Amino acid sequence: MSRPPKRPAAEKPQIVRDGPDLTGPELADRLDATWARPRGLIGWLATVDHKEIGIRYIVTALAFLALGGLMALHMRLQLMFPDSQWLGAGAFNETFTMHGTTMMFLFAVPVMQGVQIYLAPIMVGTRAMAFPRLTAFSYYMYLFGGLFLWTAHFLHFGPDNGWFSYVPLAGPQYGIGKRADVWAQTVTFTEIAGLAVAVTLVVTILKQRAPGMTLARMPIFVWATLVTSLMVIFSMPSVALVSGMLLSDRLVGTQFFNPVEHGDPLLWQHLFWFFGHPEVYIIFLPATGFVSEIVSTFSRRAIFGYPVVVLSLVSTGILAFGLWVHHMFATGLPRVGYSFYTAASMAVSIPTGLQIFCWIATIWEGRPRLQVPMLYVIGFIITFVIGGLSGVIIAAVPLDLQLHDTYFIVAHFHYVLIGGAVFPLLGAITYWYPKFTGRMMSERLGRIGFWTIFLGFQLAFFPMHFAGLMGMPRRVYTYPAGMGLELPNMLSSIGSAVVAVAVLMFVVNMLASLRAGVAAGPDPWDAPSLEWAVASPPPHYNFAHIPAVESRTPLWDAKDGLPVVHGLRVDERELILTSVISAAPDLREPSAVPSIWPFISAVAVAVTFICSVFSPWALAFGAVPAAAALIAWFWPKTPGANPEPQIT
Amino acid sequence: MRWRRLWVALLLLPSLGGCSGIQTSLGGDGADGASFIRLFTIFLVVCGIMYLLVVAALAVAIGRRRDGGRRALTVDNGSHHESSPLVRSALVGWGALIAVGLIALTIASFFTDRSAAARARHSSFAVKIIANQWWWDVIYTTPDSSKIVHTANELHLPVGVEAEVELQSNDVIHSFWVPNLAGKQDLIPGRTTDIQLLPTRTGLYRAQCAEFCGTQHANMALVVTVESKADFLNWIAQQRRPAFAPASRLELAGYRYVTTRECSSCHNITGTPAGGQIGPDLTHLASRRTLAAGTLPMNRGNLYGWVADPQSQKPGSQMPTIGLAPNDLHAVVAYLERLK
Repeated sequence: MSRPPKRPAAEKPQIVRDGPDLTGPELADRLDATWARPRGLIGWLATVDHKEIGIRYIVTALAFLALGGLMALHMRLQLMFPDSQWLGAGAFNETFTMHGTTMMFLFAVPVMQGVQIYLAPIMVGTRAMAFPRLTAFSYYMYLFGGLFLWTAHFLHFGPDNGWFSYVPLAGPQYGIGKRADVWAQTVTFTEIAGLAVAVTLVVTILKQRAPGMTLARMPIFVWATLVTSLMVIFSMPSVALVSGMLLSDRLVGTQFFNPVEHGDPLLWQHLFWFFGHPEVYIIFLPATGFVSEIVSTFSRRAIFGYPVVVLSLVSTGILAFGLWVHHMFATGLPRVGYSFYTAASMAVSIPTGLQIFCWIATIWEGRPRLQVPMLYVIGFIITFVIGGLSGVIIAAVPLDLQLHDTYFIVAHFHYVLIGGAVFPLLGAITYWYPKFTGRMMSERLGRIGFWTIFLGFQLAFFPMHFAGLMGMPRRVYTYPAGMGLELPNMLSSIGSAVVAVAVLMFVVNMLASLRAGVAAGPDPWDAPSLEWAVASPPPHYNFAHIPAVESRTPLWDAKDGLPVVHGLRVDERELILTSVISAAPDLREPSAVPSIWPFISAVAVAVTFICSVFSPWALAFGAVPAAAALIAWFWPKTPGANPEPQIT
Repeated sequence: MRWRRLWVALLLLPSLGGCSGIQTSLGGDGADGASFIRLFTIFLVVCGIMYLLVVAALAVAIGRRRDGGRRALTVDNGSHHESSPLVRSALVGWGALIAVGLIALTIASFFTDRSAAARARHSSFAVKIIANQWWWDVIYTTPDSSKIVHTANELHLPVGVEAEVELQSNDVIHSFWVPNLAGKQDLIPGRTTDIQLLPTRTGLYRAQCAEFCGTQHANMALVVTVESKADFLNWIAQQRRPAFAPASRLELAGYRYVTTRECSSCHNITGTPAGGQIGPDLTHLASRRTLAAGTLPMNRGNLYGWVADPQSQKPGSQMPTIGLAPNDLHAVVAYLERLK
């Protein structure tokens, strides 16, 4: 980028830009001063650093994983024996509801988005997210939503109608108390957070890539992030709408779902699953992004069939919106229509199968190193493919009508979600841990942990296929003795305890390595993508000079160091915007400084939402502080002492 | 036939502890149940082959690294963006294999579904089932209203006759599922749905609600008795009779309590003043195999326990614990046992 001509106003301080004259430690010090956030609690709450926010997302989501996991152990204790009295009916129903809601809304989606928030900006070579304050706001919304749900649970008015909250069971007539309202409002919190993150990620990826990083040179993980974020934007409004309809049915007596008043209970299912099915891919596709990155690094070659993998991601993202009715095969919709959804559901296995081929081909043609992240990838393929194939089985209407809502389904989606998303996530945390913290996780403990969770998982979930075939429905708090269900349930309960031990080992490894891990350096795995070009952990500003990208594997191909771009301001936060497809340098753009207002806005909105569970008037009264906070947030800035000179 | 039995037995191997097979998708005791086993086997074989291919390819790909890596295309020899023509053609082959397999499975699924739908037009008698939290109202409808049979939580079917089951719900969404005979069908408030059952073997089967419907979803079962046509007609005839009159002083006391106090506001006993329409019909209660929708086996002890305190037997149930005096309890149970 060429420097703009300077204006003659000599008494003003000079605008400082990075360049050949300003580099090394001096540049680092100045950038640090510009990009660091204020110290103290206020500064901590005001941060807009995507790395800090990403880590908060990940840590919070892992805390919710622990809570959701405890719920799972509770259920397995109850189901360990037939006719058990451990939990009882009401508590069991609350437990599986909290397990599902927590895992889907408070763990799986946020943890993936957390990793994306941390990594995507560095992987595309920029200094900040596109809308950094919106990112901060999203985190607080997510946190408050999760705290609200769990506080309600501990105060015994948490939801108990399942994570899917079917009406009329959750409607005003049968869903007594505030339980269903708490569920619906938690969903609103997490949807707002998810949508906000998706928008910032899409803009970051499309407009802030380093010069030269054309769409065809983006790391696969960034592609996966782009596709899932677009899916979030198209699917989450559906559930936000339907949970809003449920709330208004319950609070102000609308009759969206009441058949007596010409409402329709199936409307709920259509709108919920129009979100609910893409949701699964919103969790799964980032995991395939992890797998592609890890496979490539540890096989020491670029991913085989890059265009195939990218097109697989995109086509999975599109197909995901045409499958929702396969959750509703038993509702009695017209049978000919079902055939379409069977075909569409099966068609998803084509792109997924091609991706699996590409990963195996990458290993085949490279020279794999079997370190812990790679072990998780291998465990992922072995496990996930079982879940994918059982998905083909239940796509067939005559088979699904038997297997729907049985433990066969429970087995299927845990193979897909734990095998397909949690295994890659654990691999990804091990892989990027040195980038996050500057230290390596213990390889030895990591290997033991991998084998424990891999085998424990199979023990816990494989027998569920049999329990389902032998007629055990889902969501039952007890089952009679003598139906042959004792053994599979006992095995599942033992397996779930083994999985819990393995997760504990992983957490211990994370905590212990924080202090005791080997120092990592910028690129401990000899990996190809841009995040490994910066220090571990990265400085506030990520890159001292924005790199210029000339291939898909820049760090492997630029033997003499990355070429860089000069000319960004150092005294103000400034980013370089590039064109959407070819990533040609386009504009310099200021980036927002830390602000407390996103936090205050989130508090105002959270108070409004929580009070609206108890009275619809809260929306009217709460709008005032929320609007005030938002106005303060977006108050027009007066130009600083040193405004940007006009290019004449 | 024999090989099918064999692999069903193999599938059920993990459940060695006393499998009675009264509630299993692999029972194949109805027309749909049998076609399920057939189709499931086809899918399992195809998916099993695909799985073995994937795992074998993965194992070889990992094992290959031992041969010195001369063929490897890695960063170290500068060829990490290249790919061998062999692997590229394998990709095309793999894609084609998946597509062919999926098309075959989709067609198999489609024809199984069509054949079930085509058979459904020939059903010869009708039953209506209305789901409630947490029990099943079962009505054998006939044009002659004096011959309607009303029972609860049990369904009798003649073997080899296609039954058309009409399904409705009084409250929330439930799902009707007799795994040995056929797949599921939801019962949705405001709609009438239906399912066809064609039992091919006599026997006792257990059905269970398969859509989460609230606190006692787990204890919402239905006993299905498939019997010969003669036995079925006998049963219908017996069910059409009004309730037996009390035969002893104790039973009479029970009769008086049931027909004049709390019980009759919810329960119907045909031939007596008890005409409640909210709870299960009790006219032939003692002829049934279970109490409270499969929660307890029918016997005197369980009748005592249930009448004395339903809330401890099935917490959350709609039947309140009314606190009967001991004398009343003895009398009520004696009368209920009379209702064969």
